[in-house]
Amino acid sequence: MAGPDKGFSRWLLATNHKDIGALYLWFSFAMFLIGGSFAMIIRAELFQPGLQLVEPNFFNQMTTMHGLVMVFGAIMPAFVGLANYMIPIMIGAPDMALPRMNNLSFWILPFAFAILVSSLFMEGGAPNFGWTFYAPLSTTYAPPSVTFFIFGVHLMGISSIMGAINIVATIFNLRAPGMTLMKMPLFVWTWLITAFLLIAVMPVLAGAVTMMLMDIHFGTSFFSAAGGGDPVLFQHIFWFFGHPEVYIIILPAFGVVSEIIPTFSRKPLFGYASMVYATAAIAFLSFIVWAHHMFTVGMPLVGELYFMWATMLIAVPTAAKVFNWITTMFKGSLTFETPMLFSIAFVFLFTLGGLTGLMLAIAPADMQYHDSYFVVAHFHYTMVAGAIFSISASVYYWLPKWCGRMYNETMGKVHFWIAFLGFNLTFFPQHFLGLAGMPRRIPDYSIQFADFNMISSIGAFIYGLAQLIFLFNIIRTIYFGEKTTKEQTWESARGLEWTLPSPLPFHTFERPPSIK
Amino acid sequence: MAHKEDGATPRYYVPARSSMAIFSATALAMIALGAASGMNSMRAANASGGDWLLLYAGLIALAITLACWFSLTIRENLKGMNSEQLKVSYRIGMQWFIFSEVMFFAAFFGVLFYVRTLAGPWLSGDGAGVMNTLLWPGFDYAWPLMDTPQDAIGGVKEQAKAGFLANNGEHTGPARNMSFPGWENLLHWLPFWNTTLLVLSSIWLEFAHHSLKKGNRKGFNFWLALTLIFGFVFVYLQYLEYHEAYVDYGLYLNSGIYGATFFMLTGFHGFHVIMGAGILTVQFFRSIMKKHFTKEDHFGFEAASWYWHFVDVVWIFLVAVVYVY
Ligand SMILES: [Cu+2]
Repeated sequence: MAGPDKGFSRWLLATNHKDIGALYLWFSFAMFLIGGSFAMIIRAELFQPGLQLVEPNFFNQMTTMHGLVMVFGAIMPAFVGLANYMIPIMIGAPDMALPRMNNLSFWILPFAFAILVSSLFMEGGAPNFGWTFYAPLSTTYAPPSVTFFIFGVHLMGISSIMGAINIVATIFNLRAPGMTLMKMPLFVWTWLITAFLLIAVMPVLAGAVTMMLMDIHFGTSFFSAAGGGDPVLFQHIFWFFGHPEVYIIILPAFGVVSEIIPTFSRKPLFGYASMVYATAAIAFLSFIVWAHHMFTVGMPLVGELYFMWATMLIAVPTAAKVFNWITTMFKGSLTFETPMLFSIAFVFLFTLGGLTGLMLAIAPADMQYHDSYFVVAHFHYTMVAGAIFSISASVYYWLPKWCGRMYNETMGKVHFWIAFLGFNLTFFPQHFLGLAGMPRRIPDYSIQFADFNMISSIGAFIYGLAQLIFLFNIIRTIYFGEKTTKEQTWESARGLEWTLPSPLPFHTFERPPSIK
Repeated sequence: MAHKEDGATPRYYVPARSSMAIFSATALAMIALGAASGMNSMRAANASGGDWLLLYAGLIALAITLACWFSLTIRENLKGMNSEQLKVSYRIGMQWFIFSEVMFFAAFFGVLFYVRTLAGPWLSGDGAGVMNTLLWPGFDYAWPLMDTPQDAIGGVKEQAKAGFLANNGEHTGPARNMSFPGWENLLHWLPFWNTTLLVLSSIWLEFAHHSLKKGNRKGFNFWLALTLIFGFVFVYLQYLEYHEAYVDYGLYLNSGIYGATFFMLTGFHGFHVIMGAGILTVQFFRSIMKKHFTKEDHFGFEAASWYWHFVDVVWIFLVAVVYVY
């Protein structure tokens, strides 16, 4: 087998799943820092009441770009990177099923985000209509850069769909003999279902932005009542994509945590089959609950009631998962290395985010919570403490396997505790701000919210700092970390990746391994 | 690529590095940038032909790259480099791609459903809303929508005067609509002929597939050619249909939501027919010029035929909800 190329062409022309996985992971970290710096600007402006640093319009651009970059640029590519790197190894495959298309899926992304981020420098500024880009803010009242945003979203969508098709083909077709579906690691299972969600809803997002484009440039009236359309229609289409999208973000996180907790509990995962079924149930439900984001838009009562009850139903499979993680730890011989710390924090904080989600699902209560900081707190508990914490956990968990060097455990723990503290300091007070009536996406606020906002901003800066420690620790590990050739980085880790040497050879499983 | 290793061939397929992807990504980015800047300057009314140059360059670059990519894949297959497993991966890939296309169309069908069952009636006063009395007095919903809410209040000027209504352009209903004209006019109704053409073409395509599986090259070429002829006639009739809509019926993209859904659904469908016909044409020339495809191994053709059947099924739905029902 050919080894890696020298120089930049190794990355530009990559077909190796580990190279492409690494590209995805580095790209997503870069986006994480960019999206994070937008968040820092937001929190700096909100440090005190009144307008200090930025114009309101620029503030809107920051909230919009922060959401878009974090969701589409940081979290999704990070999980696709992990999928690329780990799924072929976990199922005993030599590579992804369609390696050249895999390369295309990745290399579209830098172009897409170059287009999106460059809109900050365009006439009229970047998109300023929120990451949910509701019409008519994103059509009639949008800055000219919206056209670039639309085509950027198209590019991301193409990338995501191809990436997801690749993952489905890999899992269905490249499993080693004996690797039956119900023997697959849970990370592979959650990604299989995630990939299905991606293929199902990214085209719907493409449809939504296409209708926007037509409304803006070609005179259609999809989202304009003057021609018989409906702006609320946009919200239906968007959230038909958007609600599965949040599971696209969180299901791989479930998978990662289901790998890590058994390892450091020195027990097999409790209720493997129920985990698989719960994931499938969540994915199914995600298609029929979308309008819980639109309770205040004036739906008929029957719609409110249906979407309320259907949404609450999701709590059942999700609770089954949380129960299984806790039961896995129960009477286990626990140790608390950095991946485990992040995973336990995930279980704890994601459950909190899930509970506030349940509150938001109650339609009459949501009339109060809607568009308040309570919502912001809720989804950051799922997006940051959910997705980002689990990404941090998986990087620490697999980094020794990837590069054959051990990260600095103390620094990892420092990263965790600072991140944990910073995160909660940022977002816990936002629950109270929201309940007290502070609206989201506004650069100024009433004086009564000042204290909690200052605490929140300080927390955000601390959380931002923690990520620099993370970055430093990763780079230090890659170049100077203590060498380890152990196959079994963690003594009771299970799975095919732990039967291979560290660092992983350029090509793994040129022949299928035998699965017991 | 199947490098030899200890005299044994590894079972798995691992391709060498490839420059196809990076060229495709660049071409896609050119298309995105070119289309966006072209449309923006068109809207700002300072368009010049040069604004679209990047788009054209990107389209050409993408076409060339994809042609190289596919011919590389075909050459690899002819050399026997593709394992059975890889062939299955290609099939899975194509099937899920078609599923993604189904969902793309589902978004537009969903819009039509929502507008006809919910938004339209609400605008004319159904339900608990006040939209009709307050915003669009006099608007009466009927499908096809011949008079838009804007028409009902006296056109775009009245709407602008109202102040609190966003004026985002003119949406005047059409003079006539494209709906089913009744059984007595069936033979003068283009969609009837288009349906016939497309359904028959799908059948001819199955005949072609059966001929191929029996090793009958002549039969294959004949039925495939017939499929293509029917497909291209469909495209031509669809062009006549659009001409009629624009010139005789006054139905445009901006004729309210009826025009929007009509043109977007038929337009994206027509685009997919052109794509499918293009792909099948390539398969046709592969067969007559290069004698590609064997009884067992003809995935390029099979994928194209799946795509064609998918386009056919979309059309059936489309005729049902856009034209007839
Ligand atoms: Cu939701």
